[in-house]
Amino acid sequence: MIEFRSISKTFPDGTTAVDDFSLQLPSHQTTVFVGSSGCGKTTLLRMINRMVDASSGELEIDGENISTIEPVKLRRRIGYVMQNSGLLPHRRVIDNIATVPRLNGVPKKEAHARALELMDTVGLDRSMAERYPAQLSGGQQQRVGVARGLAVDPNILLMDEPFGAVDPIVRADLQQELLRLQRELDKTVVFVTHDIDEAFLLGDQVVILEKGARIAQKGSPEEILANPASDFVASFIGADRGKRALSIREVDGSSILVDGDGNVAGALTEEGTA
Amino acid sequence: MDTRDGDGADGAAGSGLVNLFFDAFAWILDPANWEGRGSIPQRIGEQLYFTFAAMAVASAIAVPLGWLIGHTGRGRDIAVAITGAARALPSFGLLFLFVMIAGVLLREPSTIFVLVLLAIPPILAGAYSGLEVIDRRVVDAARAMGMTEWQILWKVEVPLGLPLLIGGLRSATLQVVATVVLVAFLGLGALGFEIVQGIALRSYDQMLGSAILIIVLALLLDAIFAILERFAVPRGVRAGRIPDVRTASSGRRATAEASATT
Repeated sequence: MIEFRSISKTFPDGTTAVDDFSLQLPSHQTTVFVGSSGCGKTTLLRMINRMVDASSGELEIDGENISTIEPVKLRRRIGYVMQNSGLLPHRRVIDNIATVPRLNGVPKKEAHARALELMDTVGLDRSMAERYPAQLSGGQQQRVGVARGLAVDPNILLMDEPFGAVDPIVRADLQQELLRLQRELDKTVVFVTHDIDEAFLLGDQVVILEKGARIAQKGSPEEILANPASDFVASFIGADRGKRALSIREVDGSSILVDGDGNVAGALTEEGTA
Repeated sequence: MDTRDGDGADGAAGSGLVNLFFDAFAWILDPANWEGRGSIPQRIGEQLYFTFAAMAVASAIAVPLGWLIGHTGRGRDIAVAITGAARALPSFGLLFLFVMIAGVLLREPSTIFVLVLLAIPPILAGAYSGLEVIDRRVVDAARAMGMTEWQILWKVEVPLGLPLLIGGLRSATLQVVATVVLVAFLGLGALGFEIVQGIALRSYDQMLGSAILIIVLALLLDAIFAILERFAVPRGVRAGRIPDVRTASSGRRATAEASATT
């Protein structure tokens, strides 16, 4: 479990990115931080592996205060996947995936064998192992990034808008892959996005953030949709409009769902018969 | 000479120039100039000695300093100011100034000192700009994975910044090898000696011959660095230049379309 306790962060230029933030992130679940840009969600994420140190407050992982752990050591046991993959351009795919195990002193042969297994895990063909990042598509690069994040078999996987830079079709594909991976690997995933649909799709716990990383609402996607805590949340999740504002219309004895724009969204069926 | 006949005058000057080059190459190829004290190989050796001595000292100072600036991002403004100002240094004046200050007995170390001063700015600029142009997200990812600062420098920044560093070494070497010609005026030999002696003796073949040797030497050094620069580009980065292929194919398509419309 990851626990934020009254965490604040003020940057040297005086901006307060995070203001008294407290939250528990349960193990083996996906927690999604969602909010518009500049709300402090990435800062929260980067505090977990000490890429950013809190100005005040405490952050614990499984009861251990992370300010007592040396940053390099901490980072090597936490997977990190970023937007635009951040792969090392001068290293082949297999060496990129094996980077952290090699830093930890795992013999090259062993690290490469494990890297090939990870390529299978994330759905990359093994023939790509010898290629360089620039020779891959954006979606493939992101898969390599995920494989690299999983290379040391970390308990925690941090993902900072990992699918933000790929086209919608590839993104949908990668989201499904991540759901499958999460069912298989059962990690504690912390995911940052500004896309509410992505947050609802991937999150067990969704945390909607306002400026200064103030929690507007947290809960399961169902809880948030059923009961938006404020107008801000309602408007952010789009509950008052478009495809989330569904209403029922009776046509020839069956129930048809109509969305906020008046378009037919589907038919209402008894639960379990769909 | 008939001044009214312009063609004749040009022809005479032209053949004079050809003869001068012929004499210069004859001087270069004269076996007598290739042995004994003050031979061409000895002068080339002196030229290279001063060049490499200055480059070695300058690299030992400027490369670590440039990497430090590039890695930390601190001191960049000062480095830019210093390298900019240092490029305007008059090398000839500086040479005499320092030899006069240090005394004739110390003219060799003070000469190398001045050459080092001249070589540092381009090397420094190559070292820090090589690190600066690296995508910050790559460095950020390396740090987030758990690389130490040393590992980030050696495994990420240095290999990716190498082409620009070698570019800096290349321009520094050219500047130094050209300036070493001037050390002859301080009685330190090198290829410039042949020019100084040639002026005194009015032997134009010797002057031109040694000038040609200096040019060839500079071009050779430049070519070596050009090759090194090419090989320093990491394979993955070179592999990323796929757009070359695309522009080539679209070029072909463009010409195909053009020929189709005609």
